[in-house]
Amino acid sequence: MGMTITEKILAAHADRDRVEPGEILDCRIDLAMANDITAPLSLEEFEKVGAKAVFDPNKVVFVLDHFTPNKDILSAENCKKIREFSRKYGIVNFFEGGECGIEHALLPEKGLVVAGDLVIGADSHTCTYGALGAFSTGMGSTDITYGMVTGRIWLKVPESIKFHCHGKWQKWVTGKELILHILGMIGVDGALYSAMEYSGEAIAALSMDSRFSIANMAIEAGGKNGIFPVDDKTLAYMKEHATRPYKVYASDADATYSEVYEIDVSKVGFSVACPSLPSNVKDAGELGSIDVDQVVIGSCTNGRLEDLEMAAAILTGKRVSKGLRCIVIPATPAIYGEAMRRGYFQTFLDAGCIISPPTCGPCLGGHMGILAKGERAVATTNRNFIGRMGHPESEVYLAGPAVAAATAIKGKIARPEEVL
Amino acid sequence: MIVKGRIWKFGDNIDTDIIIPAQYLAHTDPKVLGQHCMEPLAPNFPKEVRAGDIIVSGTNFGCGSSREHAPLAITALGIPLVVAKTFARIFYRNAFNKGLALLEADIYDLVKDGDEIEVDISTGIIRCGGKDVKAKPIPPFMVELINEGGLINHLKKKLEG
Repeated sequence: MGMTITEKILAAHADRDRVEPGEILDCRIDLAMANDITAPLSLEEFEKVGAKAVFDPNKVVFVLDHFTPNKDILSAENCKKIREFSRKYGIVNFFEGGECGIEHALLPEKGLVVAGDLVIGADSHTCTYGALGAFSTGMGSTDITYGMVTGRIWLKVPESIKFHCHGKWQKWVTGKELILHILGMIGVDGALYSAMEYSGEAIAALSMDSRFSIANMAIEAGGKNGIFPVDDKTLAYMKEHATRPYKVYASDADATYSEVYEIDVSKVGFSVACPSLPSNVKDAGELGSIDVDQVVIGSCTNGRLEDLEMAAAILTGKRVSKGLRCIVIPATPAIYGEAMRRGYFQTFLDAGCIISPPTCGPCLGGHMGILAKGERAVATTNRNFIGRMGHPESEVYLAGPAVAAATAIKGKIARPEEVL
Repeated sequence: MIVKGRIWKFGDNIDTDIIIPAQYLAHTDPKVLGQHCMEPLAPNFPKEVRAGDIIVSGTNFGCGSSREHAPLAITALGIPLVVAKTFARIFYRNAFNKGLALLEADIYDLVKDGDEIEVDISTGIIRCGGKDVKAKPIPPFMVELINEGGLINHLKKKLEG
């Protein structure tokens, strides 16, 4: 019996020839990551156990991206603790200030994650790196402390669910619309504890940016990881970014899946997740009467160049609806610079958008775009739980970049063709 | 280990933004986190809950973020146990790492808010409304970890040894 790509990567990191779903493994890790919200608890545990060093200063990463630029004194104190720890223990990949971007956009871009890796991160969206053909998953701060100190972690081998995608993509429809469509199909616990594996011609046709955004939201279905086959696009991405050798794993033809879904992407429209679950999905066309106070284009899901390119294409020569705030957040300094060079910033400014520095900011209701009671946002982010972006009685609709930009112009939820 | 406590019922998909909203995540002091536990759904919960009370929930309890602040906020209020139909996976690891016991059992429709239940955490027997319900056993690997005093004690022993 064959193995899936997820099983093969886990087996390799446990020095095993084969593994079965349900087995508990003690695995080597290639990277352990934490951010300014989760690292402080990790460092407290590090102190408690009396550790003297991290397992490898090159393989522990801190990204100060959530409450930064520091939103208040407490956040500043947390960042200071992490900075001091990083100096003391010689952490090579410590990112803050002008070097800092949103962690899950930054790490692949810096070449810190490559195909075949096993990565753990104290952030639930760590599953993003599966787009590169790596196994990556989110955990809490204490598990990350264990990984930071020992270079190992215990993992249960997940069952794999396959999403085989065929058909031709509609214009303006991206990976974000597909993952929202899938969440609508299977629900917020439809992949609980499972690997979500993607395959098929429609996946091969997708950009890396779209693949990152699909892998990113595996957690929204309860998934342990999202994972993609390595193809020419992955190899080209790694050629440009990777800082170390990679290893390509592929699922065997006779690998076992707990479930296989066939998806015709030509039927995927402008999926929008309505409050207050990412699985509460409707088509933007059904939501045209919904007034919107704020649009957010950014986050670890959709703050990459393809997203900004799409938003700029729709906003060119247009104005943001009076009374609506449109916040654009390029996810990393490199994306920020490239968007500026390509003239997107001028487009956004002329349209009346706010351009934010790279930060997770409003996505989690942290800062830089919090909603008041009764306010409503359309966001390219990943969660729309109660109070996610601010007041418990505010609302978030999740969408792709094209719907977000069209909504900013119309002031109500809109498909791109309504404003072009 | 036997716990006996009053029940607080919360429905399906109780996410970590409900358990502890992000605006409080710059805090690491469990006491502060506890004061805002469940705030978006039940603002009076931290004031009205008593040490020893038990949370009963539906499916996918603890979904969402990896924030360990969530189990910390719950344990800070003296809640020893959450019983739910299912748990989200990151929360499951976090809870055991932070000394919060979790049992998977379908008792949501058998109990109402304020009922008292008695739970033997080691056997998974839940006595509610004169009926015994058996929870899904805690995986043997987790039991071993708990018996060692949790992941951090396991690590401590490893470093000392």
